[in-house]
Amino acid sequence: MDFINSNILTIVTFTPALGALLLLFFPRSRAKTARNFALIISILAFLFSLHLVAHFDSNASGFQYRTDRAWIPSFGIGYQLGIDGISLFLVLLTTLLTPLAILASTRIRDRVKEYFLFMLLLETGVVGVFCSLDLFLFYVFWEVMLVPMYFLIGVWGGERRIYAAMKFVLYTMAGSVLMLVAIIALYFLNGKATGAYTFSYELILAAIHGGKLVLEPATERFLFLAFFVAFAIKVPLFPFHTWLPDAHVEAPTAGSVLLAGVLLKMGTYGMLRFSLPLFPNMSHLFAPFITLLAVVGIIYGALVAMVQPDMKKLVAYSSVSHMGFIVLGIFSFTPQGVEGAIFQMLSHGVSTGALFLLVGVIYERRHTRLIEEFGGLAHRMPLYAAFFLIVTLSSIGLPGMNGFVGEFLVLLGTFGVNKPRGVVAAAGVILSAVYMLWMFQRVIWGEITNEKNRTLTDLVSYEKAMLIPLLFLIFWMGIYSNHFLRPMDASVARLLSQTGKREIQYAVAPALQP
Amino acid sequence: MGQFFKLADLGAIAPELELILWGMGILIADLIIKDKKKLGIVAIVGLFVSGIFLFRLNGVEATAYGGLLVIDQFANFFKLIFLVAATLAIAISMKYLDIERENHGEYYALILFATMGMMFMAGAVDLVTMYISLETMAIATYVLVGFLRSSQRSNEASLKYFLLGAFSSGILLYGMSLLYGISGSTRFIDIAEALSRRPLNDPISLMAMITLSAGMFFKIAAVPFHQWTPDAYEGAPTSITAYMSVAVKAASFAMMVRVFMVAIYPMRPHWVAIMAAVSVMTMTVGNIAAITQSNIKRLLAYSSISHAGYVLIGLIAGNQTGLIAVAIYLLIYTFTNLGAWAVVVALKRRDVIGEHIDEMSGLFFKNPVAAILMLIFLLSLAGIPPTAGFIGKFYLFASAIETGHNTLAVIAVLNAAISIYFYLRIVVAMFMREPNEKTELTYSPALLTVLAVAFIVTMFIGIYPDPFISMARLAIPAGF
Repeated sequence: MDFINSNILTIVTFTPALGALLLLFFPRSRAKTARNFALIISILAFLFSLHLVAHFDSNASGFQYRTDRAWIPSFGIGYQLGIDGISLFLVLLTTLLTPLAILASTRIRDRVKEYFLFMLLLETGVVGVFCSLDLFLFYVFWEVMLVPMYFLIGVWGGERRIYAAMKFVLYTMAGSVLMLVAIIALYFLNGKATGAYTFSYELILAAIHGGKLVLEPATERFLFLAFFVAFAIKVPLFPFHTWLPDAHVEAPTAGSVLLAGVLLKMGTYGMLRFSLPLFPNMSHLFAPFITLLAVVGIIYGALVAMVQPDMKKLVAYSSVSHMGFIVLGIFSFTPQGVEGAIFQMLSHGVSTGALFLLVGVIYERRHTRLIEEFGGLAHRMPLYAAFFLIVTLSSIGLPGMNGFVGEFLVLLGTFGVNKPRGVVAAAGVILSAVYMLWMFQRVIWGEITNEKNRTLTDLVSYEKAMLIPLLFLIFWMGIYSNHFLRPMDASVARLLSQTGKREIQYAVAPALQP
Repeated sequence: MGQFFKLADLGAIAPELELILWGMGILIADLIIKDKKKLGIVAIVGLFVSGIFLFRLNGVEATAYGGLLVIDQFANFFKLIFLVAATLAIAISMKYLDIERENHGEYYALILFATMGMMFMAGAVDLVTMYISLETMAIATYVLVGFLRSSQRSNEASLKYFLLGAFSSGILLYGMSLLYGISGSTRFIDIAEALSRRPLNDPISLMAMITLSAGMFFKIAAVPFHQWTPDAYEGAPTSITAYMSVAVKAASFAMMVRVFMVAIYPMRPHWVAIMAAVSVMTMTVGNIAAITQSNIKRLLAYSSISHAGYVLIGLIAGNQTGLIAVAIYLLIYTFTNLGAWAVVVALKRRDVIGEHIDEMSGLFFKNPVAAILMLIFLLSLAGIPPTAGFIGKFYLFASAIETGHNTLAVIAVLNAAISIYFYLRIVVAMFMREPNEKTELTYSPALLTVLAVAFIVTMFIGIYPDPFISMARLAIPAGF
């Protein structure tokens, strides 16, 4: 058991990469076999990742399932993996969404083998980011994941795919190279202060909190901003969001699902894992400014989403709005806000993933995503309409579904520390109801106005298979939210003690808090 | 000083000596052998034999010829790079020269002579040895650049390269004569001693340092002394471009490390400032100019200019990390860049120039293996993990930050981000555009071997760099 526990993260991370390697040797003519193989590999990775939940100790605040080996000892670089309550479900979200995205790619006809190869490599990169406990390793995974996504958009995307793919890479790179400088600077600062030259996240963190490594305010400011900009571009936080609509619109369905579902979470995860505990002073100093950007993003994203004629673009802008909530929650420095933010990360992954899958379903039938092309789909596709309704309501944040819990906790955490921000953000919830329901109304309700829609067929079995797990999660997360919040408690408490949390006393304990 | 000529000294220069003799042998054999490709194989064997001699000198620390030359791990490390670069360059040349109808024995002999010159450069610790070996390399390269006799482009490139090269050598000599005037000696350590006794702002020392640096910057094609590079690289036979872009550059850097870190080390505050400015200009101009190129040879030429800018960072840092970074970066660059050039060479067919970026369109559909290999090489040039190029860049950036050159590090990483744009343009052509009838490759077994070796080393260093770092660490002991 010890052997499994100390290697399980390696297995989960590299199973997809191994699958990708094997895919290389598949003959080009056997497209269907390649797809089934990729599906099996990704399901396998998912099953392995279930081990993580099954044996997770919810009371421990530290990292679990640790792996620690030397990698490049001459530079103090280790192969260190581990997860805590913050990253646990993000790993699972990735391993769950990948097989669903592969299912959604059933109708890919072009260069099938390479498509699934990149898909699996992407999964390895993302899981690696969530598991790395060594800053160098983290950066490697962070960059590795760029290449497959670039190809998924650039080769299998829409008309302006090359432009969108290039924009995606350049934006991300511009942010992440600065993070590289900050990582190296942190390495030398820590080495000079403590004598131990290492890229280990935990050792550097311990040096900072043990008072051994004291950063000058100017240095800390630079380091904080270098990390933060990399993460903010990824989230994307307003005004760094302009790459997102392009990437989403041009990406194939599966690409959008993974992009919105997990790639964006890498940004907010980075803020939680690195920005807050490593640079607590600057986090607090910049929090008013960051939360302001988050609130602007919430409202701006919602307003822009409202006027989009293209369904995918609408969902993309809604992501800008929803991701704003997450950043808002993180920088409230309250247990409710942070847990709400993490919950919202998962919940947004599920709901938006489902939304992109749903848009993909009708796109494959009609090869258009314009809202005006549709209308009255409920007549021809009743099951689809029902699924769409559930996902729409979940995205709006209807109580009893996943979206509500996260947004509620974030708002709760924010109200305590900054009422005006909380009030404005709450208005974003209302706006989200407007654009989502309006789209739903125009697409699903009414009479069939476009003759082409008369021949549409309802969901087929593989489409049901990819949607049902997400619908199930929507309710599970909404009703038994404690199953998801409880494992986070200890880690979030530790995170906030490292960041210096703001204590707010509530007269009545929030109902959703365990 | 001791006795000037000792028989034992011949052992110290055995690898170089072997190359001279072998090269002469090839010139003679050229008269007899009709199939010139065989001469290429002979030349490769010669390089291997030289490698064996070099291996026997592993770990030896000695001076030879009364202090004109040293044998140390630093020299050996670079000599290995030159031998590898020459071997790979010859392997990609054989088929290519056939296509160009210019397959002559002199070509291979000249490469061996140039390599010999580089090997002396790595060991030179005296101005005279340094200059003679530099010119040995340079003259052989001038001829090689103009080797396509019937091509006007090649002739023009050769002449330009020669004229500007001669001019820069003149400037270099001017600096050297000043240094001799100051110190009364041509040996690096004597010069350093003499300089350290003079005030830092002494005008004659400054003049010597500036002229010497200018000559050196020309050799590595640093901005603003880079104008010859795109023309020379474009006009030269592609295989020679490949060879020049890695070997000539590596040799010049080896020489620079010795000159700047030993001979004019007392002037360090001054030359660091100049070099930092040159490094920033070189990276930025190289990258921005590369963005606008549509000819692959010119694009890679500008890319190689920007890479010289990155490598200068290691010298600016000037500590052990920085010099290790220089060594490891040049090693990685040798494999990666030769790999990329090998793909360009493969594009060349009879009567087709095979240099425009469009001619790579849809390469992936016609030849997936070549496209994927090229992708790996380009990612490595761009410095994206898990390829070797990332490790090299990481080392360079780390050395800059360690020594407090933070602004330089930030400019360098932003440049790395810019460079991704033009490397990806080639990727876009290969993977995302429809193939055209021109996209076909000319392979030879030798070329495939080069691709395989370059690929394996690029990935290996990227994933497990430790053995190579240890090797570079041995080459550069602390307090070099």
